[in-house]
Amino acid sequence: MSDDGPVENVGDRFDRLPATPDERRVAGRVARSAVVDYLDERFGIAPETFADHTFWEKGAGKIWVVYGDYPSPVEVEGLGMTCLRTRQEFWKPTTDFVQRFGSRATRNVVVLGDDAAARFMTGDEQAVAWDGDWGYLVGARETAGAPAPLGVGLYTYGTLRSMVPKGRRR
Amino acid sequence: MNPLDRYEPLVDDPAAFRAACSRPLPTTVRVNTVKAGVDRVCRALAEEGVAHERVGWAGDLLRLPDSSPGDSWAFAHGWLHGQEEVSALPARALDPAPGERVWAACAAPGSKATHAAALMDDRGVVVANDSSLGRLSALRHNAERLGVTATTVTRADARSYSLAPFEFEAFDRALVDVPCSCEGTVRKNPDVVDEWTMDHVESLAELQTDVLRRAVQATRAGGTVVYSTCTFAPEENEAVLDGVLAAEDCHVVEWTPPEGLETSPGVTEWAGDEYDPQVGRATRVYPHQNDTGGFFCARLEAGG
Repeated sequence: MSDDGPVENVGDRFDRLPATPDERRVAGRVARSAVVDYLDERFGIAPETFADHTFWEKGAGKIWVVYGDYPSPVEVEGLGMTCLRTRQEFWKPTTDFVQRFGSRATRNVVVLGDDAAARFMTGDEQAVAWDGDWGYLVGARETAGAPAPLGVGLYTYGTLRSMVPKGRRR
Repeated sequence: MNPLDRYEPLVDDPAAFRAACSRPLPTTVRVNTVKAGVDRVCRALAEEGVAHERVGWAGDLLRLPDSSPGDSWAFAHGWLHGQEEVSALPARALDPAPGERVWAACAAPGSKATHAAALMDDRGVVVANDSSLGRLSALRHNAERLGVTATTVTRADARSYSLAPFEFEAFDRALVDVPCSCEGTVRKNPDVVDEWTMDHVESLAELQTDVLRRAVQATRAGGTVVYSTCTFAPEENEAVLDGVLAAEDCHVVEWTPPEGLETSPGVTEWAGDEYDPQVGRATRVYPHQNDTGGFFCARLEAGG
C-alpha cells in the first residue's frame, strides 16, 4: 500500500475523524461533517452545539465526542462519551448521547406518557401513535415543563422498539 | 481494637461522634448539572412525588429521606448521581473553572471527577485516571451515564504519571482523592473498623505521599492541588501533607469551607509527632457534625 492509499481502521485506539470526506484516509471512516450533518438533519440538533467538540472513532464504527481536542491517535482508555454507531446502513445514537444532547432535538422526538415511558425503559417494544419518519427516534418523557430524553427507539410499522441497553433498563 | 477509639481525643464530643458512627447514613444524591439544572430537577422530583431536601452548604446536593437514589424518573434521565454528602466537598475545594485542565489522580468510580467536570460546565479537560481496570469500568460507566464530554480516562500508576498522551505539560488543578483506610465510611461499611490494621495505614501513607508528590509536580506553578481522604487517621492525612510539604515546592492554603458545613481544623500534633503548622489549615469533617460520613480535605498551591 502506498503512503497515499487508504489505511485500515485500528480498532483499539482513538483516531480523530477527518473534517470532511475529502480528507478521509481510513477506509469506511465517517467525517466529522457527516456526523454533525446527520445530527442536524435527523434530529435538528444545531451544528454549533459541537463547535468546541471533536469526534473520534475507536472500535469499528463507534464514534466518541469529547470537549476540546487531542493529538491523534491518542492512547487513553476513554475520550468523552460514545455518541453514535456508524459503519452500518442506519446510524444509531447512543442512549447516553441522547440523554445529554437530545433535549436540543427539534424533530424525530417521540414524547411518551409515563406508562409508555416506563415500558420503554424495560427495553420492550410497543405500539405508538407516530406519523413521522421511520427509523431511530429520541424517546422522551414530559417532565418539569419540557420533554426530557430517555433514550433511543426504533420506529417501524407502528411499533417503537426500545434500544435502551440492559444496564439502563428498569 | 476499634480504630475509632484512637480519635476520641481529637473530637469535641466523643459520645456524639461514636453515636453518629453507628447510625446508617442519610441518602443523598448530587444533581447532574451537566444534564439539568437543580430547580428543574427539584420540580421534576416534586411532580413524581419524591420527597427531597436541598443540602444547605451545597447547592447541587439533595437529601432523599424516603427513597433510594435509583427509584425516580429523575435518575432514569441521568439527572441524579448517588453520592455521599461529604464526598462533594473536594470538587468544591478544587473550584475548577471552565476551560481548565484538571487531573483526578485516583478517580474511580468517578463521583468527584464528574462533579469537577460539572462545576466546569462540562467545558475543559478532566483527566480521570485510575490504575485498576475493574474500577475503570465503573468510572467509564458513570462518566457516560452522566453525559460528561470533558472527561478523558487513563489507566496508569498515579505515582509515576506521564502526560505523554497530551499536548500540555502541566495541569491547572489536581484532585488527589487517594485510597485510604476509609474509617469515615463506617456508617456505610461497618466492616472497615474490623479490617483496620496499623500496617495497612502505614503502607497507604506511603502510597498517598507518592501520589500527592506527583500531583504537585504535575501542576503548574500557582495551580491548586486538593488532597482528600475518608479516614480520620492523621498518619494518612496531616502526616502525608507534612511529608509532601518538606519534599515538594508547595504550601497549604487557607480555605474556608462552604457556609453551613461544620468542620474542624487539621491536627498539628499526633502520637508524639509535630507537623508543619500549615496542616492546621486543612479541613476535618466528623460524622456527628453534619450527620454525614467522615472526611479530610486540604487545599495546596503548587510552586512558589
